[in-house]
Amino acid sequence: MSMLPQMFFGYFASAIVVLSLLVITRKNPVHSVMWMLLLFFHIASMYLFLNAEFIAAIQVIVYAGAILVLFLFVVLLLNLKEELQADRFIGTWPAGLLVSAAIFVSLAAALQKFVPGPKGNFTIDLIQRVTHTKVLGQVLYTEYLFPFEIASLVLLIAVIGAIVLAKKRMRSH
Amino acid sequence: MNELLTQSLTYIRSFGIIGNIFLILLQIVVVFVAALLHVAYATYWERKVIAHMQLRLGPREVGPYGLFQPFADGIKLFFKEDIIPATADKPIFYLAPVIFFVSALTSLAVLPFFDGFVVADINVGLLFLLAMSSLGAYGIVMSGWSSGSKYSFLGGLRSASQVISYEIAMGLSLVGVMIMSGSLNLSEIVRGQHAITTGVYAIPQVLGFFVFVVAMFAETNRLPFDLPEAESELVAGYFTEYSGFRFAMFFLGEYTGMLIMSSVGTICFLGGWTLPQFVTNALPFLLFVPGIVWFLMKVYCFMFFYYWVRATLPRYRYDQLMAIGWKVLIPIALVNIVFTGTMKIMGWF
Repeated sequence: MSMLPQMFFGYFASAIVVLSLLVITRKNPVHSVMWMLLLFFHIASMYLFLNAEFIAAIQVIVYAGAILVLFLFVVLLLNLKEELQADRFIGTWPAGLLVSAAIFVSLAAALQKFVPGPKGNFTIDLIQRVTHTKVLGQVLYTEYLFPFEIASLVLLIAVIGAIVLAKKRMRSH
Repeated sequence: MNELLTQSLTYIRSFGIIGNIFLILLQIVVVFVAALLHVAYATYWERKVIAHMQLRLGPREVGPYGLFQPFADGIKLFFKEDIIPATADKPIFYLAPVIFFVSALTSLAVLPFFDGFVVADINVGLLFLLAMSSLGAYGIVMSGWSSGSKYSFLGGLRSASQVISYEIAMGLSLVGVMIMSGSLNLSEIVRGQHAITTGVYAIPQVLGFFVFVVAMFAETNRLPFDLPEAESELVAGYFTEYSGFRFAMFFLGEYTGMLIMSSVGTICFLGGWTLPQFVTNALPFLLFVPGIVWFLMKVYCFMFFYYWVRATLPRYRYDQLMAIGWKVLIPIALVNIVFTGTMKIMGWF
């Protein structure tokens, strides 16, 4: 029985890696998006696995339900016939591979020196009793209110920026 | 009868994890069969209601009063030839109806039909429903794209933008309910409603209820917002190229979606399986009626409203649809959230 959590983790971790590779290697961008949808569901399951049910639901609603659909809109409007002829990778891909391999090695080296931080008040027991949504809300709107507001301001600026850009184009017509 | 049930439940539970899995599977089968029978008769009932509203009689040939019509339709669809267009993207063409139907059926798992009867009593039930409805949008977009037909493609694009826009309004309209009950668990929402004086959230949350009902029509692609399948412009919209059983999956998924939206409306705004306390205080004998009866009656009211609106209203124009969603419903829902939040802080709710 005690092996079960490790097995679950092993499945999700390896599935996430495999699905990410499938996303970037597909020739058809629509198929890439579909693999990415499956990837997002696996990531949501990872959150569930960590008792973070709220984050899991938000992961599906925001990433799969909104952001990925926007990707899909852009991809659907591409000329698929040309896209299928084009090469999947640009010429400089070995350089990219080198950089990411370097990052991977340095991260793996840094992991050796990893020290787990002190345990906070939020044990799994407490989170299950109070429910994850409530715990998260209480922390987010008291202790971390300021960073939270900064993040929302950044998003607001992005929204206004998008409107300004769209308006400019309309006026030039 | 009740004693027998409790005894057999304890007997099954004594088998440990196997017994629990068996119980859950049994629950799933019950919900699944009940939902599919409801879907079958929802089509029959819709045809009857609309026929009578238009001074016709509706189906009456197959069986007494045409009661076997849904099964005749099902058998017909099942034996039809399965046609796949030459320009279709096959894997996605196969997958799209499955995604659409499965996402609708999965939502049934978190709905509490009466006290204690829910397949998965999870803490984020309401968010789970929203997540599943956003997954359903993929079925629609992908079917539109993979068919390789311009009518399907336009229908798919229309539907996707419509579902996404109205999902925001729907989510925001439910925030008022979340604030009032202080929970995302659907059973807790029903219990929270039972505790307040009016017994239903539809009265203090009248703005939220209005936004929810309008968004409900758009989310399920029903008239007056059925632009994605506007037959005069787009043949049949995103499922134009589908036939046989794959078409049936879209058809069943749409009606399951209507049932789910009706159930969500019942649970979040009309008190689910409970009756308001002032009603049961005045008429105590109503307490002996099982909760499922009230739940189903409320759901049937929503379903009837779907048919009534379909028989009454013409279709909106596409820009009107978007204007209603973004410029009317979302601001109303935001006002409702601010209002409800203020009331909650003042301690009035």
